[in-house]
Amino acid sequence: MTAERFPVEAGHIMLFARSIRDPNPIYCDAEHASAAEVGGIIAPPTFVQASAQFDPEYVLRPKLDEPWFGSGREATGRPPSQESRGVGGGLHAEQHYEYQRPLMAGEVLQAHERDGETWTKQGRRGGTLHFTEKITEYRTPGGELVVTARSVGVITGQVVEHEG
Amino acid sequence: MALSASELQVGDSHCEVIVDGLTRTQLVMYAGASGDYNPLHTDDRYTTEVAGYPSVFAHGMLTMGMSGKVVTDYVGDGRITKYGVRFKSQVWPGDTLTTTVAVTAIDEIDGVAHGDFSVTTVNQDGVEVISGYAAARLDP
Repeated sequence: MTAERFPVEAGHIMLFARSIRDPNPIYCDAEHASAAEVGGIIAPPTFVQASAQFDPEYVLRPKLDEPWFGSGREATGRPPSQESRGVGGGLHAEQHYEYQRPLMAGEVLQAHERDGETWTKQGRRGGTLHFTEKITEYRTPGGELVVTARSVGVITGQVVEHEG
Repeated sequence: MALSASELQVGDSHCEVIVDGLTRTQLVMYAGASGDYNPLHTDDRYTTEVAGYPSVFAHGMLTMGMSGKVVTDYVGDGRITKYGVRFKSQVWPGDTLTTTVAVTAIDEIDGVAHGDFSVTTVNQDGVEVISGYAAARLDP
């Protein structure tokens, strides 16, 4: 994920917390949150994933001027491609986060992605699995590191029954 | 309320049912909030006719997010320092998921107490859908 400006907004945090079924008032009640140890509304641990909304190139968001691969009148708007099989060219195999501190509502972060390792493994039903690692650092405009995300994707070449 | 290292033991655990009968609407909510609009998660026609799956299925990150609630409910708000998972099996509409967070180690880092935890989420058949770990800052 790459975003020059990832605003961590209270309304977005509320919607995200609802979407993961978490009613914790620390994510939506400013009065409760200001009296808590963290001192204000924070974001849930996996909220940085929503920086996809602010990545201009994010491949899994329909763009105004491009055909979308999901269904309209027909089952697909264009022939399926690798990205249609999962996140950025493969299924999501692993996700890891390291937090220096919680994300606070109202701050603006920058997300910069770089390539990590790549490796291959034999699949259980034959065929080679190709793994790709991406590392995204979320920093304040002043350069303070807040969260490091490490994502591992796998390309399988076939419909998968046992990967998320 | 945060956990206190002096009252915590390796093997202690916390367990919650995170969803009882996952709905397609929940997948739509997660797509909208996260920005991951992959039709595999919201568009049954595309998913069955083009991609060849039996139905839409949950974003792995939805399961990780719902499981993360059990971690933060246990360790307290703003205390988590690490959280990671492997996605082991797909999650389908109608699934009921249960997450268990268990203490695997209690340490001191630079004079501050920390806990390490395992994080496991299983479906109604006992199949692991994610397995992972978390770490958190503890009270003394």
